[in-house]
Amino acid sequence: MAAFPAVLQSEWTKVRSIRSTVWTLVTTFLIVVAMGFAISLLTRLNFAQFTEHDRNPFDATNTSLSGIALGELAIVVFGVLAVGNEYASGMIRVSLAAVPQRGVLMGAKTAVLGVLALAVSLVTVFVAFFVGQVALGRYNTDLGRPNVLRAVFGAGCYLTLLCLFSIGVTMMLRSQVLSLGILIPFFFLVSPILSIVPVVKNVVRYFPDRAGSAALQVVPTGDHPYGPWTGLAICAAWAAAALIGGYLVLKHRDA
Amino acid sequence: MIELHHLTKRYGDKLAVDDLSFRIPEGVVTGFLGPNGAGKSTTMRMILDLDRPTAGEVTIDGRRYADVQDPLREIGALLEAKGAHPGRTAYDHLLWMAQSNRIPRERVDQVLDLVGLTAVAKKRARGFSLGMGQRLGIAAALLGDPKILMFDEPVNGLDPEGIVWIRRLMKSLAAEGRTVFVSSHLMSEMALTADHLVVIGRGRLLADLPMAEFIRQNSRSSVRLRTPQPEQLLDALRGAGLSPRPGPDGSWEVTDGDPVLLGDLAAAHGVTLHELSPQQASLEDAFMQMTADSVEYRTDIPGAAATPAPQPAWGSGWDTRQAGKES
Repeated sequence: MAAFPAVLQSEWTKVRSIRSTVWTLVTTFLIVVAMGFAISLLTRLNFAQFTEHDRNPFDATNTSLSGIALGELAIVVFGVLAVGNEYASGMIRVSLAAVPQRGVLMGAKTAVLGVLALAVSLVTVFVAFFVGQVALGRYNTDLGRPNVLRAVFGAGCYLTLLCLFSIGVTMMLRSQVLSLGILIPFFFLVSPILSIVPVVKNVVRYFPDRAGSAALQVVPTGDHPYGPWTGLAICAAWAAAALIGGYLVLKHRDA
Repeated sequence: MIELHHLTKRYGDKLAVDDLSFRIPEGVVTGFLGPNGAGKSTTMRMILDLDRPTAGEVTIDGRRYADVQDPLREIGALLEAKGAHPGRTAYDHLLWMAQSNRIPRERVDQVLDLVGLTAVAKKRARGFSLGMGQRLGIAAALLGDPKILMFDEPVNGLDPEGIVWIRRLMKSLAAEGRTVFVSSHLMSEMALTADHLVVIGRGRLLADLPMAEFIRQNSRSSVRLRTPQPEQLLDALRGAGLSPRPGPDGSWEVTDGDPVLLGDLAAAHGVTLHELSPQQASLEDAFMQMTADSVEYRTDIPGAAATPAPQPAWGSGWDTRQAGKES
């Protein structure tokens, strides 16, 4: 058996030694923070024109985290590239020759990518929150208010779970092009569009991104027939299912 | 010792490897030979547990590959695919491999030096030539200082200098007592490097024997004579108890003849010779005949594989090897 700590160290070296994976994480941070800041600033400047429905109650936390709608794509790309590059370059054979216990290899890889994604996500959402509150000026909120800390922390978990979901999907599809071609349109187009179609939206609200985003709301929008933690749990179930599927494919298929 | 027991791999209704059993002898270079598509790469991938056999198994010192602790310290492999991410430096590629098998970091610098890549250690693999990529793959194989090395078509796409380098490397690895298992579809390449030979065709074992044995069985030498006075020559030869047979273009050939004696004989009988040349039957031809029935994709050019044309040019290869002055 390969030693798990040794494989963890090896997987860490893999992640940090490729520019594309490092840059997708930097991009996630920049998009979420910058877009959150811009939308918060515009909200403050145009607050008077908002409808009564949007103003009262006003979700200052969710507004500062608006960048996640776009930033989540960057962390999905991170998950896909970090796993998919091994298939694209034929390196997966070298990896499995070095660590033939496929469960150990996948476990170490998922752990390293997951912890890294969680760390970057938490830093990103807390920075986005504080920057956003500054931009919101007198409409702002703070972490001491009810549910605010939960929403910000939940946002970090949400991004991490989407990343884990993409890792699982890429391990199942074994191709970064195919994975990106499915996941990006799914999160960027299919899920948002279907979520406003009548009837269909009753199903779509259990999609990973729809369910997980319930955790980001301090003021419930009424889209979710479940609470924030349940939403996050549904998202986690998707991620777990994708990872189990990825493990089964890795375990049983020829490399 | 690597042992294959009834190894079989089926893709759909196609048998890629068919009940293959053999042992890879220790401490020598074993050539793994077969036409393209014979199942060599599939077999090598099954040895490393990358592809799962449909039936049968491979054991390494009695264990399965997946049960070997820190496998890179036992078996180093260079597979067909490049295997390095284009965006990662040569150093980092070797570093992650070393870390995964608890190989000291200093060893990375050592193997980079060994394959001559120290100068480009911090360069990304994207910019590497085919030859540099191959050297990086070999550095990776040598990383764990393993006693078994496996190379899949290592000379493919290399320039002559690189080919000579790989030949020397394989011989020096075997001289250190390591087991080297190298695949090729070129008999001529194997004749220069291998001590033992395993030949497969269509996934089946065709031969498993020492190289010297294969050469002895398959290399017939003869002397070709050409003369404007054939009748006098034949009389002289028959008079000396030899049995010449007709060669190409009106020439005559004497099997296992000695050119010195034949030249003297012709001179003694006043026969003018226009040609007196030693001929070596090519091992390539012997290999082609052996595998002729198992070539998957063949051209219908008459005589392309089935009837070997004499190729004296090749023969120089193996006797330099015999003399031990192979460069």
